[in-house]
Amino acid sequence: MEIKKVLLLGSGALKIGEAGEFDYSGSQALKALKEEGIRTVLINPNIATVQTSEGVADSIYFLPVTPFFVEKVIEKERPDGIMLAFGGQTALNCGVELYKSGVLEKYGVQVLGTPVQAIMDTEDRELFVRKLDEIHVKTISSEACSDIESARRAAAQLGYPVILRAAYALGGLGSGFCDDEAQLLKLAEKAFSFSPQVLVEKSLKGWKEIEYEVVRDRFDNCITVCNMENFDPLGIHTGESIVIAPSQTLSNAEFHKLRELAIRIVRHVGIVGECNVQYALDPASEDYRVIEVNARLSRSSALASKATGYPLAFVAAKLGLGYGLFDLKNSVTKTTTAFFEPALDYVVCKIPRWDLGKFRGVDRELGSSMKSVGEVMAIGRTFEEVIQKGLRMIGQGMHGFVDNKELRIDNVDAALREPTDKRIFVIEKALQQGYTIDQIHELTKIDKWFLMKLQNIHLTDCRLHQVKSIEELDLELLRKAKVQGFTDFQIARALGMEQHADIEQASMKVRAWRKQHGIVPAVKQIDTLAAEYPAMTNYLYLTYSGVAHDIAYENDGRSVVVLGSGAYRIGSSVEFDWCGVQALGTIRSQGYRSVMINFNPETVSTDYDMCDRLYFDELTFERVLDILDLEQPYGVIVSTGGQIPNNLAMRLDEQHVPILGTQAKYIDNAEDREKFSAMLGRIGVDQPEWSALTSMEDINAFIDRVGFPVLVRPSYVLSGAAMNVCSNREELERFLKLAANVSKKHPVVVSSFLQHAKEVEMDAVARDGEIIAYAISEHIEFAGVHSGDATIQFPPQKLYVETARRIKKISKQIAHELHISGPFNIQFLARENDIKVIECNLRASRSFPFVSKVLKINLIELATRVMLGLPVEKPAKSLFDLDYVGIKASQFSFNRLQKADPVLGVDMASTGEVGCLGLDSRTALLKSMLAVGHRIPRRNILLSTGDGKRKAEMLSAARMLTDHGYCLFATGGTSRYLTENGIPNTMVFWPGEEGHPQALDMLHRKEIDMVVNVPKNLSSGELTNGYKIRRAAIDLNIPLITNARLASAFIYAFCTVRLEGLEIISWQEY
Amino acid sequence: MRKVTLVLSDGTKFHGQSFGHESPVAGEVVFNTAMTGYPESLTDPSYAGQMLVMTYPLVGNYGVPPHTCGENGMAQYMESDRIHVAALIVGDYSEAYSHWNATESLGEWLKREKVTGITGIDTRELTKVLREHGVMMGKILFDDDPDSIPEATYEGVNFVEQVSCREILRYNVGAGKRVVLVDCGVKNNIIRCLVSRGVEVVRVPWDYDFNTLEFDGLFLANGPGNPDTCVKTVEHIRQFLQPEENRPCMGICMGNQLLSKAAGARVYKLKYGHRSHNQPVRKVGTNLCFVTTQNHGYAVDSTTLPADWEPLYVNMNDGSNEGVRHKTKPWFSAQFHPEACSGPVDTESMFDEFVNLLKQQ
Repeated sequence: MEIKKVLLLGSGALKIGEAGEFDYSGSQALKALKEEGIRTVLINPNIATVQTSEGVADSIYFLPVTPFFVEKVIEKERPDGIMLAFGGQTALNCGVELYKSGVLEKYGVQVLGTPVQAIMDTEDRELFVRKLDEIHVKTISSEACSDIESARRAAAQLGYPVILRAAYALGGLGSGFCDDEAQLLKLAEKAFSFSPQVLVEKSLKGWKEIEYEVVRDRFDNCITVCNMENFDPLGIHTGESIVIAPSQTLSNAEFHKLRELAIRIVRHVGIVGECNVQYALDPASEDYRVIEVNARLSRSSALASKATGYPLAFVAAKLGLGYGLFDLKNSVTKTTTAFFEPALDYVVCKIPRWDLGKFRGVDRELGSSMKSVGEVMAIGRTFEEVIQKGLRMIGQGMHGFVDNKELRIDNVDAALREPTDKRIFVIEKALQQGYTIDQIHELTKIDKWFLMKLQNIHLTDCRLHQVKSIEELDLELLRKAKVQGFTDFQIARALGMEQHADIEQASMKVRAWRKQHGIVPAVKQIDTLAAEYPAMTNYLYLTYSGVAHDIAYENDGRSVVVLGSGAYRIGSSVEFDWCGVQALGTIRSQGYRSVMINFNPETVSTDYDMCDRLYFDELTFERVLDILDLEQPYGVIVSTGGQIPNNLAMRLDEQHVPILGTQAKYIDNAEDREKFSAMLGRIGVDQPEWSALTSMEDINAFIDRVGFPVLVRPSYVLSGAAMNVCSNREELERFLKLAANVSKKHPVVVSSFLQHAKEVEMDAVARDGEIIAYAISEHIEFAGVHSGDATIQFPPQKLYVETARRIKKISKQIAHELHISGPFNIQFLARENDIKVIECNLRASRSFPFVSKVLKINLIELATRVMLGLPVEKPAKSLFDLDYVGIKASQFSFNRLQKADPVLGVDMASTGEVGCLGLDSRTALLKSMLAVGHRIPRRNILLSTGDGKRKAEMLSAARMLTDHGYCLFATGGTSRYLTENGIPNTMVFWPGEEGHPQALDMLHRKEIDMVVNVPKNLSSGELTNGYKIRRAAIDLNIPLITNARLASAFIYAFCTVRLEGLEIISWQEY
Repeated sequence: MRKVTLVLSDGTKFHGQSFGHESPVAGEVVFNTAMTGYPESLTDPSYAGQMLVMTYPLVGNYGVPPHTCGENGMAQYMESDRIHVAALIVGDYSEAYSHWNATESLGEWLKREKVTGITGIDTRELTKVLREHGVMMGKILFDDDPDSIPEATYEGVNFVEQVSCREILRYNVGAGKRVVLVDCGVKNNIIRCLVSRGVEVVRVPWDYDFNTLEFDGLFLANGPGNPDTCVKTVEHIRQFLQPEENRPCMGICMGNQLLSKAAGARVYKLKYGHRSHNQPVRKVGTNLCFVTTQNHGYAVDSTTLPADWEPLYVNMNDGSNEGVRHKTKPWFSAQFHPEACSGPVDTESMFDEFVNLLKQQ
């Protein structure tokens, strides 16, 4: 059958374990389909992605990727084929369900690429083991035992050490390692007390973890595109590991043994497209086990793509259409075939980015489940160079492996043995304290080769520390330090130059010195064939292990450099990638040379065909200057990549770098709280009262004046959340004690916190201080929920016209005052028609893709034109003309973050978002809530709705629930309040309260379909009790809402809109 | 580490440091893009007379395996008994190594075998120079001893003579079918691949007239240098390729070139050769493609094959010949290395094919 129309499933909102990599893979697949003239239909509610942009797919549905909605779209669109491999586990699971329920067959939809049976064979553990047994490939087998004797026998057979797991016991109760029979007998006894069945498995703790990315076409031709080695041995999820490509410590025999096995597996399973095989490899022999096989594009395959330049997703899509690898060309050389295995002449290092500090109570230890929210990839020609680059890229204040802020570790042995997000820095600490490589290896099981390489960095650092000044520094040593990835900053610090000058000035002095002596980085291409054939693409990195550049510079002043957004983290993710890609597209279409600097392997902006030159490198001031020295650009865009480029603006400006758009001093005027405040005062715009305070007395005096609650933002954070709302003195003191040192050096910013105020956002583009286009959107939650976590509707539905007018007027004033040229965002508080400005960013904000797509006006394209100085016309359409609504809802990943309190506050906690459209706000909200994992409850709802005001807010929603036949269960106060207001409910008891039914028991018995738990405040008892309920809801996968206004809106939506009645309309059709 | 300079015949210079044997050396400079397998490459006799550039920068990581011999008297982890490259040129040599099977560092090994090794070279830039110019002669000079200037030639030298065995060696005697293996510089793994398939191998010197022996099949091995220097071998093969001859023959690498020459085809020198683990080949007339290991500087000109011969494999990157076969007789060969070592093992089944043909005799 000829394939004319293909449905592709996206992965939905970014979450831990399923993030930006699927925007990359979906975008590439759609590009491949488009090239074939196939009509494409995409279902993905993630509105901030590149794949859901104009021109990428023919029809885009911002709908949940669930069997219900996908079937509706199939019914409407009648595609010939469906692709399941490009949207992560979400798409794969949805596809398997549609296959099993017969929907695909019913509508005659052919699965393109790997057949569903093959997917099921790899997903089901038992089928998988059986399948691999057929071809004599070893898997990690576990023996189910029902008594101590059989456990003993199983262990003896498998060989010690073994791991015992109590079956059916949550949370690893009764599990552990046994090195010998004595330990086994002891542990088995305990395990059988928890569970009638115990699984005995061979322990592979300390084994190497190796991955291969394999591609197969329907003619049975196979290649392995890349192999990767984990720096961290088995036991830490590969998503949590530092990963090196290609493998470093494998001999040829090991490398090719595993490669051959990977190909054997992929052939036997019957993959068509791309597949990932993970192994455990014994560090003391060639023994191995297959850990798992992913029959789809994965995070690792995105990494492999970026690491090698081999466009895995693009090729996989073509193979799904029936092509052979021999039909396709290598897209880097354009002359050689796609049937080949990339040869790297560089090394690549991936480091995960964690944001564990954002979550209250979260377990910091790394293990078998993933917690990281993003990752970076560093490219270089020595291991030392890439690890240091990578540690800077993760953006957590580190300058590399050495010369960082002193890390306080009480017990180095324990910190080495029990891995956390900080372990690599503990290794440096250990080296400083004189630990030997053998000792560190014993504690960490990290291969000695990696440790010896880290030691090289440490030794060079020691040598640098002995040098008194830059003039005395031996040039050989300086060059060596640069080859090992030291920055000018690190060198300046090691030389002690901070004592005499500001560190920034000292770094500039090192820079000048080394340039004077010709120590500058070389620009190299990633070309897939290690220079055997010329590369036609400009996929570049910089290294000090090089004597010549691979490319010639034109010096024609036509380059426009866009600074990317770096690692995905909470607060900055795919939305800035979208902004960057839009900027690049606009620059290119205007005849400029588009240049991107970014280092995030999960992005589309780091696809080398999205721009004319891609520097896959650091966004440090030093590296950006290195690149600008070579590019001599027409200008640099700092306003589409979030806060990282924004923060570079001032320093780049000082070096006379031409910054396009709003000038650096105005960016500073908006960023600097004092200057911004003074400006608002000058133009008569109100803002919440605030003060930067350096003592407890001052803080108390300030609060006496403005009253509680207050928003507290320490400038130096010890642990826990960076800011908080405090409603009384006790809370304030507790928070400050916990979180901050108040001192002259570290002032605390305290602002008055407006309650029950609406939060409104202005996203706009201005030219020379005049607004060209704008979008006003409104939060559903009241102020107090971080704008990144809030549910946002656009156009605003419940905003006074007067409020909107005032907001527009203030925005005009600010744009004028700051001479804005380009994108900007202002956040407002509105109570009645009283408007206050909270914050102003002279850059694109997180909501730019959302409002651009809802409005169908690409604000970044407009902004880029403005910044390039091209003529722009004010769009004819305004937000008041839209006859539909967009609602952006947030995705939380609390289920991955053990022990974290799933409550929302002024600090952001969400990892992703969706944006769905509807003909009214109820339908839009319903779709977006379902898209972030909520379900329409069947029957029972548990309510505990906080303080009096919140309880009142929830009253009509509660009434509506009972009217619609729902049964309400409520904790003490809430129950009384509901009863007083004539709403039938069953009272349940908090944990720790006497009486039945107990709320927690009901949750554990899965008797509750939805939990609404609104914390009253931060008082300790409430937090503990509410925490238990909230955490249980998350752990038991029961939808939880912690905000009264959002809960009311959701309840109203699902009570008044029937699922069947939701309109299935593509973006283009609205 | 002593400072060294690599000078190419076109005058291009690269500066680095010595980490192996400290003596100036000259040779033909060739690059290999493999990312692993340096013990195998260094001991591959086909590299005789050549200075090997590794494009992958990190070399030495897993040390050097022991020089132990297996029951058949061959080195277990090496492709011959000694290092054959004239020099090793790398980007970032790792003196620190870590592997369960390592007994010494790469630098120690080079020193023991008196082979020069240099590091700190921008091997990517060097490779680009070689790619643009074609392979060149080069010299490694020690900066503190500028007057020691080594001399060497590559063209016209019979390296096969230098690396071939001097007398007949037998493996797996009495195992069954007997294969004569013409040793132009054979890699151990070719012998291992045959022995493990249960055949007896009679390894003869490159110029030995094997037609005087009794055997069931003929195997033409790989070897260094220009195939035109192996006049005697080609003569002997030509004698074997008689119309009445039906015993199977398989060739690898130089074996492919010698077989083709014996059949009447011409061989030419490639601009910079194929040396890597990722050379794509396609079986002519099929959709079957293979990733192969290669190490050759010369290729068969397919257009010069006589009418009863045809190309068997073709290189998917540059269209060069990757193997030939006789249209009716069981005679075939591969330009690549089905025995791998180092590199991918995807085409090892060619040995099965050959042994099956033997058994059909």
